[in-house]
Order: sequence, then structure tokens, then C-alpha cells
Amino acid sequence: MNATLPSDDAPLLVAEGLGKNYGTRIGCRDVSLEVFPGEVLAVVGESGSGKSTLLGLLSTELAASAGRVSYRMRDGALRDLAGLGPAERRLLMRTDWGFVRQNPADGLRMAVSAGGNVGERLMAVGWRHYGNIREEATDWLGRVEIAADRIDDDPRAFSGGMRQRLQIARNLVTKPRLVFMDEPTGGLDVSVQARLLDLIRSLVSEMGLAVVIVTHDLAVARLLSHRMVVMRHGRVIETGLTDQVLDDPREPYTQLLVSSVLAA
Amino acid sequence: MSEPILSVSGVEKSFVLHLRGGARLPVVSGAGFELHPGECVALGGPSGAGKSSLLKMVYGNYRIDAGHILVRDGDESIDVASCAPRRLMKLRATTMGYVSQFLRVIPRVGALDVVAEPLIGDGIPREEATGRAGALLARLNLPERLWSLPPATFSGGEQQRVNIARGLIAHRPLLLMDEPTASLDAANRQVVIGLIEEKKRAGVAILGIFHDAEVREAVCDRVIDVTEFAKAA
Repeated sequence: MNATLPSDDAPLLVAEGLGKNYGTRIGCRDVSLEVFPGEVLAVVGESGSGKSTLLGLLSTELAASAGRVSYRMRDGALRDLAGLGPAERRLLMRTDWGFVRQNPADGLRMAVSAGGNVGERLMAVGWRHYGNIREEATDWLGRVEIAADRIDDDPRAFSGGMRQRLQIARNLVTKPRLVFMDEPTGGLDVSVQARLLDLIRSLVSEMGLAVVIVTHDLAVARLLSHRMVVMRHGRVIETGLTDQVLDDPREPYTQLLVSSVLAA
Repeated sequence: MSEPILSVSGVEKSFVLHLRGGARLPVVSGAGFELHPGECVALGGPSGAGKSSLLKMVYGNYRIDAGHILVRDGDESIDVASCAPRRLMKLRATTMGYVSQFLRVIPRVGALDVVAEPLIGDGIPREEATGRAGALLARLNLPERLWSLPPATFSGGEQQRVNIARGLIAHRPLLLMDEPTASLDAANRQVVIGLIEEKKRAGVAILGIFHDAEVREAVCDRVIDVTEFAKAA
């Protein structure tokens, strides 16, 4: 679906032999993948398949039991993320990365105004002039279709869909290169979902973002992603272009997933 | 004769239905043919012979069990059957277009933007892209009052015209077309025939399924009988 294609052919994020155990239980095992600039990679599978664990490992929020994750820094060098100091990692997460969570309350500061939620990320990357920050925040609220007169309201007064759009603005305002999304449309009404999907789709292609999106909704994966990995029991069982995997699924589990979708 | 742009050889495909006890559904076997720039070739045969499936294999939408599907991309020859997914994405973005039978609508995106999107992907400025999209929709007799609306509520024929416009607007040396005129009236069929003839004159090779005899006779140079490949499968 996405017509814009990345021109750069060096991967932005590389995972090699990634694994995570929770005690004796396996969260995720032997996952290797690459994410390229401007590319949307969907991670699909049912609840408990290890999707969210994988996202946690890729974003370094979880410590891996095995394997490693490397990231191409702005200077072009591919660095093992385990080798970054805490300050370097924090800076990376604030500037180069975004993380859109399923529950907006986990990704927003609920007692801070909408403008403050967006402006805070700018201040973290060194913006100091109040007028400029407010202007940029207003611009971003507009881009995610939140009226400018709501800038001083805090997100507790927002609907679920508005909160999620605010979370997207907060994440994208620093112009990251890589955004992790964990079920960003989960739990929303379908009409609200459609608006959010369209917004994500156009922002991703305009900004040339690389995205790793975890979803159990194959229609969301079809609409947003270029490539797809299917997970089951903590392993990647099938990969390919999104339309290949959805239109010609090979693995029994992928066939089950695809055939279980209700056509409206 | 010129170098082929598409060269299919020894292609084999069956579906394994794991949810039906691993039943094997053969589609084609030993499929082979070539396509040269500027020619339009129809895939022929009755329903169920595997015409659409073969088209999807060439596009890389269906994966194959054996054989080669070579597409010429500039100086390179890319095997759709074995190239990396990202190489296939690039091939589709520059060389190989697909006009499906039905439009996959995207919520909230208007018809004009749906049509302009491939040009914008090619790096053409938005204003020029939407200008050309409008001109093509006008030629296909889609009323201007519909252009800004998402095509979800359009009639079948209107959606198909949006789909054809999207598929033909950008230059791709190889075009795959699945029944491009199925829901069109006679006047619009003529417009599509004209568009296909222009593509051929521009050196574009077209592989398609054309059930409509009038269209097929007007644009196709030859027919490949898919039943030959199905028989062997």
C-alpha cells in the first residue's frame, strides 16, 4: 500500500539471535531481523506469542537473555545497544526513537497539559524558547487533528482516540528515525481506528519513518506495513512481504491466523 | 527481436491447505513463456485454470515451489522467485505494476490521492501528481465531484476506473492486469483500450486477463493457454 520506498539500503536496526526467558518460560527465542530506513515491519501473532517481548527487547526496555540488538547511529556507525551507557541510551530514546503504547496513559503524562506533553520532548532535546515550543506543539496538535484550543487541557479530558493521537504527536515531534508501536489501535472504536490508521500511514510516509509495529490485527498490518514477521511460541515462523504472507500463507499457524479473520 | 522483459520458466505452484489435513491443491506445473517490450499478451483458459494465480506469481504475491520468474530491471535481471523481499519491493516500485480486479480502499483517502500516490512515490511533486491524476480520472469519465471522496461508496465501475487510473498513471515497463474492464460500460471500455494502446506504443509490456472479447481483440497480440500448464500440474 505504501508507495514511498526507502532509498538507503543499510539497515537501521539489526537483531541477531535474540532471546528472552522469564524463569523457565520462554518469552522469545532466536529472533533475527533487520529494519531498514523508511520501512514498516509488522510483528503479528496471537496473544502470548512473544510479540510484545520482542518489541521490549528491540527497544532495550527488556534485557535480552541471548543475542544482541544493534542500531545505526546518526554518524552511520552500527552500534551494539548493550554497549551504550545509560545516558547515551536515554538520549537515543528521546531523540531518535519513539514508542507508541497501546494504552495512552502509559505513554503520556496524564496530569500535564496536551501542549506540555508535546513540548516536554522538545525541551529534552534542547529547545528552550517558550514561544517556539508552544508554536511547534500547536502545529503538531494540528497535524494529529487536535484543535488548538485544547492545548492547555490535560489528556484526562480527552477521548481514547484523542489521547492516542496526542501520544503520536509527543513521539513524532522530535522527528525520530525509528518508532516502536505496540497495538496502537487496540481497544479503539473502528471509526476512531480508521482515522488513527490513516494518520499514522500518512505521517510515516511523509516523514520516512522506520516503524516496528506489533499488532494482532492483520488488517492493520496489511494497511501499514511493507514486511511482516509472524510469531508463535516466541519464535519467528514466517516472514515475507506483507501481501505474500497474507495472500499465500505457508505455515499452518499463519494459515489459521489468516483464515480466522472475519470479512466485513 | 528485443530482449524479453519477462521470462518465466519451469514454474510450479501448489497450495498446501494445512487446515484441510494438508490437502495439496495443484495450480500450475512447467509454466513457461516470455514477454517482450511493447507487446500485450493475454492469459487464456476457463475459470479456475490458474490465470489470476499465475499473474500473482509474476508479481511475487504468490510464492512458487520451483522455476524462475526473471524480470529485467535496467541492466539487471531479477528473479522474483528468489530475490530478497526488499529487492522485490524495489522492483514493484520502479518496474512492475499491477492492476488488480478490485480496488482495495483505504479509509479516508480521496480518489484523487489514491490515483496520485504512485507518482508521489516516484518523487513527483504533489501538485503535478494530483494534476495528472485529475486529467486521467477526467479521461475515464469519473465526475469531478467524486474526486475528493474516498472510493468506498463508489459503484463497482467507478471503483474500477479509480483502480485503473492508479495502476496506469506511472510508467512501469511491465504491467500486469487482471480483468481491467470487467465492470465497465462500452464507452469506458474504449477509453481503457486507448490507454493500453498508448502504453504499448511507449514500449510497455502487458500481461493480462481479458475476458471481454472486444477488448482482447483490440489490444492483445497473442494468447497464452494456461490450461497447458494446469494439465501438467
